[in-house]
Parts: sequence; C-alpha cells; structure tokens
Amino acid sequence: MQQDYQQMLQAYATAEGNPLIFRDSRIAHLVVHKNKVLGSHLVAGLELVPTEEEEGISLKLRLIKNTRLEYPVHLCFGIIPEEGQQVIRIQADIEDNASIKIIAHCVFPNAVRIIHKMDAQIKIGDNSSYEYNEVHFHGNNGGISVLPKARISLGKKSHLVTNFSLLNGRVGLFDLDYDTVVGEDSSLEMSAKIYGFADDVIKLKEVGRLIGRNARGVIKSRIAVKERAQSEVINEMIADAPDARGHVDCIEIIQGNATAKAVPIVDVRNEFAQVTHEAAIGRVDKKQIETLMARGLDEEQAIDVVISGMLK
Amino acid sequence: MKEQKVILELKDIRLSFDGRDILNNLSLTVREGTIHSILGSNAAGKTTLAYLLIGCCSYIPQKGKIFFFGQDITSLNTTQRARLGITLAWQEPARFEGLTVHDYIAVGMKQPDEEKIRRALANVMLEPKDYLDRQVDKKLSGGERKRIELAAVFAMEPKLAILDEPDSGIDILALDNIISVIQALKEQGTTVLLITHREEVSEISDVTSLLCSGKIVKEGKPKEVGIYFKERCIPCPVNVCPTSNTTLERK
Ligand SMILES: Nc1ncnc2c1ncn2[C@@H]1O[C@H](COP(=O)(O)OP(=O)(O)O)[C@@H](O)[C@H]1O
Ligand SMILES: [Mg+2]
Repeated sequence: MQQDYQQMLQAYATAEGNPLIFRDSRIAHLVVHKNKVLGSHLVAGLELVPTEEEEGISLKLRLIKNTRLEYPVHLCFGIIPEEGQQVIRIQADIEDNASIKIIAHCVFPNAVRIIHKMDAQIKIGDNSSYEYNEVHFHGNNGGISVLPKARISLGKKSHLVTNFSLLNGRVGLFDLDYDTVVGEDSSLEMSAKIYGFADDVIKLKEVGRLIGRNARGVIKSRIAVKERAQSEVINEMIADAPDARGHVDCIEIIQGNATAKAVPIVDVRNEFAQVTHEAAIGRVDKKQIETLMARGLDEEQAIDVVISGMLK
Repeated sequence: MKEQKVILELKDIRLSFDGRDILNNLSLTVREGTIHSILGSNAAGKTTLAYLLIGCCSYIPQKGKIFFFGQDITSLNTTQRARLGITLAWQEPARFEGLTVHDYIAVGMKQPDEEKIRRALANVMLEPKDYLDRQVDKKLSGGERKRIELAAVFAMEPKLAILDEPDSGIDILALDNIISVIQALKEQGTTVLLITHREEVSEISDVTSLLCSGKIVKEGKPKEVGIYFKERCIPCPVNVCPTSNTTLERK
C-alpha cells in the first residue's frame, strides 16, 4: 500500500502535479489507487466521503453553503499496474454562495489494458462557482480506455469552468461526454486540449444548454492528431432563453495519416438568443511554419512550437 | 570610405508564376553594414523579392543565383538561410494562438537573454511588462504585431534583416520610432534590406534601389532615387518603368 502510494505520487509528478501539496494542511486532497483510498485530507466547509466499491469508488462531495475555499482541492486517481479497471462515481453538491476549484490528476503510467470510467453528477447552486481541471497521463503504451461522463447543472448567477488536458504520453481510446445545463445569469466555459498520435482515438461530446435568461456558454476544443490518430469532436450549444449567448470554437490540427472531424451544433430556440461557432481543421498553417523557419527552426521544431502554443 | 564587403548578391534572377515574369533580369549588390532600401510601387515585386531571399513559399527562381558572403545559397531552404543569418520581418506577420510575445521573440535567439528581449520590446515602444505574456494572436492590433516582428528580428541579431514595409500599418506618429529601430539594427551590426513604397522612408538608407516590374531600374543616393520615384513612378499609370528595358542607370 505504501508502495502504491509512492508510485502514485511519482506518476502524479510525471503528470506535472506537485506532490508537496499532499503535505500542506491548508489544502484538501484525496488519493485513490484503483478502489482504495490511499490518502485524504479535508478542510472546513468541504465534505468528501469516499466509499470503496468492487470496481472503484463512489465519492460524495459537498461544499457547504457560504464556503469559499481559498486553495484548490487536489484529487488523484489512477492505477499503477498494467491492467485493471477503475470506475469513479462522483456526486457533487455545491451549495449556494460557495466556490471551489478542483485539480484532478488521472494517472495510468503503465497502462496496457486499463479501463477508467468516471461518472459525475454535479449540482451547483446559486451564486456559486465551480472550476474543475483534469489532467491525464496515460504512459506510452496506449492500452487504455478513458470514458469520462458528467451531467452538470448550474443554478442562478453561478459560474462553471472545466479544463481537460491530455498532452503527455498516449491517449489510447478517449470518449468524453459532458452535458451542462446553465441557469439564469450563469455561465459555462468548457475547454479540452488533447494531443493524439499512433492509433489513438479521441471522441469528445460536449453539450451546453443555456436555459436561463442571460445564460452564457463557451465550448472550446483544441486537438492535434498525427500518425494514424483519429478525432471526432461534437460541440453542441443550445440556447433556449432570452439574452442567452453561446459560442462554440474548435480547432484541430492534423498531420500524417491522422483524421479529424468536427461537428458544431448550434441550436437556438429563442429569438433573443444567439450562438456563434468557429471550426477549423487542417495542417499547421504554412506561413506560421515559414515564419519560424526564418528564425532558424527546422520544420519539425516549427510545427512543435505552433502545436504546443495552441495546446497551452 | 573603405568599401564594405558584399553581403548579398543577386545575379540575373528570373522568377515567374504561370509563365508571367514577376522578377526578371534582377541583379542587386548589398554591402555589409549598410541600410539598403528597395523602393517600389505597389505590385513591383518587393515581397516576391523578400520571399526569394529567404527561400520560402516555394519562390524558387527559374534563372539566376543568390550569393551570401560569396556562398551560393540559391538551393538552401529557409532554415539553412536563417542559420547563416538571414531573416525577414514580414509585411503581414502570422498570428500564433497560445504563443507568448516572450516566447515568439526568444525562439529566434541563439541564446535567449531576458534583458535583450525586454530591450527589443522597449525599442519598439512596447512596454515589456504589458506585452511579454500576451499572445501573438488575433487580439493584437496590426501595428502591435508589426512592432513585435521588428523586436523579434532585432533580438535575433541576424547578419541580414529583410524588412518588408515595416512602416505600413503603423501610424504616422510611430514612424520615427520605426526608423530609430532600423538604425539600431544597423548599429548592432545587422545589415538591413529595407523594403518600402515611401521615398521618405528610403531616405534613411545608405543606398536605394528602385524596383519596377521586377527589375532594378535605378540605384543611387536615396534622395535622388526618391525624386525620380516621386516624379516618374508614382504618376506612372502602367507601372512599367520607361527605363526598364534599358540598362541599369547608375549615378
Ligand atoms: N504566388 C504568386 N503567384 C502569382 N502571382 C504572384 C504571386 N506572388 C506575387 N504575385 C504577383 O507578383 C506581383 C508582385 O507582387 P508583390 O511581390 O507582392 O508586390 P509588392 O510587394 O511590390 O507590392 C503582383 O502582380 C502579384 O500579383
Ligand atoms: Mg508587398
């Protein structure tokens, strides 16, 4: 167990996490290996109740009314062996006038045959804010399926930010499905950045439902695929209230034999609402490459600079 | 004055697209340590010449050769030429999402030096602390983007900097600043090939070559060439210089 913990911390550091935060008493955290809780720490106003299950854990998170957490909550999930399954069920309740920022690292450094499922139900009250950042590290074998699913609802005057990134190591099969309902005067910003190669498969489906007056939503995807990788991005924004404003923005860069597909769906059901979209798929812009070559970079270095900028 | 070394020499270049000559019979000699301007009207072939020199955009001459310090570089690619010390400040520089001004400037420097990066920005009148972390993306104005381009070229300390209309899209008040940056390039030892369509800008150079329909039709002191340009080229309706079929006029 102690050994698992050490290895989790190591993988966590590889995924650009800082293990020192697990020793800081001001910072809440939870470390879960497979279906075992290896470490946890709570702070005032936050309830975090994990229950170990056969294939993973279920987690009840509650942020009590009027709690504004000063430091982010760090979650670390993962599996160290090459094979296994981990199902994380999350039920989060962010009460009114509360704010929380979560940084989740999902680490599978040796994945050969791993399935990681996440199923989250998140309810955010009024005047609250919830920021969720998820960083993945899957090692270099590509033997992993990651299936995150979230159903989120936002009350009034609340704010939700989600950032998902998978930029180091292989993707494997990744199939994300997020659906968010946005209430009156609330806003949603969803962003995903993924770099796929070899025979990685990336599927993203992100839906924003602007149902309250003056609700706002932005869904942004930045994907780079090379070699034989495939990506398919479905971004859907539904505006069904007066003064609702949405924007969907997807850029995919392809190289080699990779393929990319973008499906922006803009669905406006109120005459006082507006949704815009942008989507671009293509090779790295030639002028960008030539500009960097004229500074002494070779073509490959130039492509790297352009892609890592876009994914930053 | 001692004759400076020849840094760049173009010999009898012809470059055509779809059978139409864009550059033809073009020869040019640039001396090390000078500001050498290329003055020409719209569509004279100035940007084409710039691309030909850095070897980008598949602008390969059908005829003629390019020499850099005597070395034939005609078949070198853009990276190789840049590593020899040739770079370009683009007339309309590219935008880069996510790339900071700091990183954009640093990318061309052999040894990224924070102090030099700050100085390069301050030189173009952009306050370093406001700009270093901004992205070189669509949110910059055209003028800001062009200044950053000049700053990047300055920081790179190239041997030869080709500046394609550094004054275009820059408001008139900032023109003096652009000129002082060009002079700073010269002072740090960079030879400048200054491309412009404004004779008052070419006046800061040591030598001016007048480009018309893809040929150098006149070369000499900036003032004299400027007067010729103003009197003969600006009013010219066809943009084909009457002297372009005769031999190059030298002072
Ligand atoms: N890639 C190209 N294909 C065809 N014609 C071109 C190309 N690039 C430039 N030209 C033509 O060459 C001429 C000179 O263009 P350019 O060098 O951009 O002029 P300047 O920079 O002096 O305004 C123009 O008539 C332009 O249309
Ligand atoms: Mg031009």
